[in-house]
Amino acid sequence: MHPALAGLVTIALGVGGCIAYFYLSNLVLDKVLYPARGPNIGRNINRANMIRPWLFLFPALFVLMLYLAYPVLATLWLSLTDRSQGGAFVGFANYRQMMDEPKFWEAIRNNMLWLIVVPAASTAFGLLAAQLTDRISWGSLAKSLIFMPMAISFVGASVIWKLVYDARPEGAEQIGILNAVWVALGGAPQTWLTLDLVNSFFLMAVLIWIQTGFAMVILSAALRGIPEETVEAAIVDGANPFQIFFKIKVPQIMPTIVVVWTTITLVVLKVFDIVLAMTNGQWGTQVLANYMYDRMFRAFDWGVGSAAAIVIMLLVTPILVWNVYNVRKEMR
Amino acid sequence: MDNIAGKKAGLTWAIHISVVVLVALWLFPTLGLFVSSFRTADQISGSGWWAALSTQERQLPAARLAGDEVIIDGRYVISGELFPNTSALVSAWGISAREPEANVPGDTVALEGEVRLLIDEEGRFVLSGPDSFEGQRLPRVFSTAAAPPEFTLANYERVLFTGTADAGVGNALLNTATVAIPATVIPILIAAFAAYALAWMDFPGRALLVALVVALLVVPLQLALIPLLQLHNTIGIGKGYIGTWLAHTGFGMPLAIYLLRNYMVGLPRDIIESAKVDGATDFQVFTKIVLPLSFPALAAFAIFQFLWTWNDLLVALVFLGTDDRTLVLTGRLVNLMGSRGGDWEILATSAFVSIAVPLVVFFTMQRYLVRGLLAGSVK
Repeated sequence: MHPALAGLVTIALGVGGCIAYFYLSNLVLDKVLYPARGPNIGRNINRANMIRPWLFLFPALFVLMLYLAYPVLATLWLSLTDRSQGGAFVGFANYRQMMDEPKFWEAIRNNMLWLIVVPAASTAFGLLAAQLTDRISWGSLAKSLIFMPMAISFVGASVIWKLVYDARPEGAEQIGILNAVWVALGGAPQTWLTLDLVNSFFLMAVLIWIQTGFAMVILSAALRGIPEETVEAAIVDGANPFQIFFKIKVPQIMPTIVVVWTTITLVVLKVFDIVLAMTNGQWGTQVLANYMYDRMFRAFDWGVGSAAAIVIMLLVTPILVWNVYNVRKEMR
Repeated sequence: MDNIAGKKAGLTWAIHISVVVLVALWLFPTLGLFVSSFRTADQISGSGWWAALSTQERQLPAARLAGDEVIIDGRYVISGELFPNTSALVSAWGISAREPEANVPGDTVALEGEVRLLIDEEGRFVLSGPDSFEGQRLPRVFSTAAAPPEFTLANYERVLFTGTADAGVGNALLNTATVAIPATVIPILIAAFAAYALAWMDFPGRALLVALVVALLVVPLQLALIPLLQLHNTIGIGKGYIGTWLAHTGFGMPLAIYLLRNYMVGLPRDIIESAKVDGATDFQVFTKIVLPLSFPALAAFAIFQFLWTWNDLLVALVFLGTDDRTLVLTGRLVNLMGSRGGDWEILATSAFVSIAVPLVVFFTMQRYLVRGLLAGSVK
């Protein structure tokens, strides 16, 4: 069977199966297990209502546990074992081996740079775009266009930016816009992606380009939610537009800025496609997620690969704790 | 409020100009790719895409003369056109690589052995000599020509419909759709039921489960790769579409539950409670009231999940595999970047094929996407 056809069948089976499961399980609960009739009707209804939430939750919980919760533990275990020794427990040997690799430290160093630069720049550009587009008549069109890269895959964006960074030998016509501008300003053409230290920033530009739209949309909604009285009061007191923006508006949307910042941080920690597609970690651009992919699926060293994955998990953990803390606070 | 700026005309102008600059910065890279995908390889390497609308003068690669021989007035003559398929205008030409611009159109150049070559402005050539050219290599001609702007759909035809190694993009497009559509549809219903339970049903442990969903929301899927691959191998799925669909369902589940629950919690309590007073079961309340009312949230999640599964590289590489038959668009693009990094006509066109579908979804459903983003991150 052709995979596309199999896809359609799967949709039908999946959706039909879901409907059948939910419908039939409720039916069995209400009509067979605890029917709402007979001498124990009150007790039966209560029992059925105690069980029903779990019927609703079961498929989702099952998938969550199997596809997200269990792998975290399994990866933790894998990172402590050695595949070449038949999966024997080796303690922290994988971690020690990883720490001895210069590529790992390069990835850590780059990830830290990414973690600082990308969320900061995306949030700043997003805030700027939100504030500026809110005030002009064609603002929603401008927003759409800035938001658009959000729909483009990291790989597609990499191709787009590789064309921007393209370099031709000196004297030839430059077809990459960056080099064209650079040469027009009197520079010699550069292969931007192989320039040590700076090349990471050229990769970051791709992610900033993608994430700015996200930051803009969220921050723009937050800016509009600011009570007008506060701004009016500032105008009456003679504040100029810059003071209004930085002293009145920004402090009021600080919680939203934090949310945007942490969300982009999460994306940064998992960034993989951009580095793989543009440099594959060469020329000093390695990042953790690509290092991990490299160890796992090119070197087939599951132990070290899993150890790198655990490092990513550890970096995510503070945000995880913070999010859970906030949700619990909210539900109280 | 917005007329704070309006009071100062200078500031308003500054704002307009800054927004134009921002939009240009954000639009230009994509525009470059889009324009490049309609140009020929020669055009792309001859000038930047921003010059695509202007007439370009450039040196063409050397062309070897060819044509049928006729005898006119005792001389053997071959005539033809240098560029049969285009309407370029020759501004200079030459017969040696060292002096490719030695002659102007209309010149007649004498070659060895009484052979004469004439090339006119429109690229027509006449080669004549006293002996037959049979068996000889005809001379090469270097030319500089001005070509008017020209756009072509040939690249699209090539990457989509020729099943050769340099394309395979048509096949990859089908693979991507095969991954993305079921992976978008299947999680929705599962998540909707769970979200309803977490929003409107009372049971011990509910708060804990919500916290669990929020925690799993940020777990990097990098951690799931090897254990799940082992699992799939153990239960006999191996690498393939089923495993990929399942993986995407699992990875999308926390966001789905979180988004839908946030939305459902905000539905008016009166409607749901009065339906229950009237004797509706939870199942009926869910299917008849909550599910239709939640349409915007369902749409928002569907868009997220579709964009994510369509654009994904990692999950497809790991769970579907890397051989040519099953490679998805993103994987194909990465391969093309490695093997044909300089062939921009192929690369740009393939990339545009891969981003066209998400862009259409984005522009038609932007409203729901924005709403979903706001529900997902602003508290």
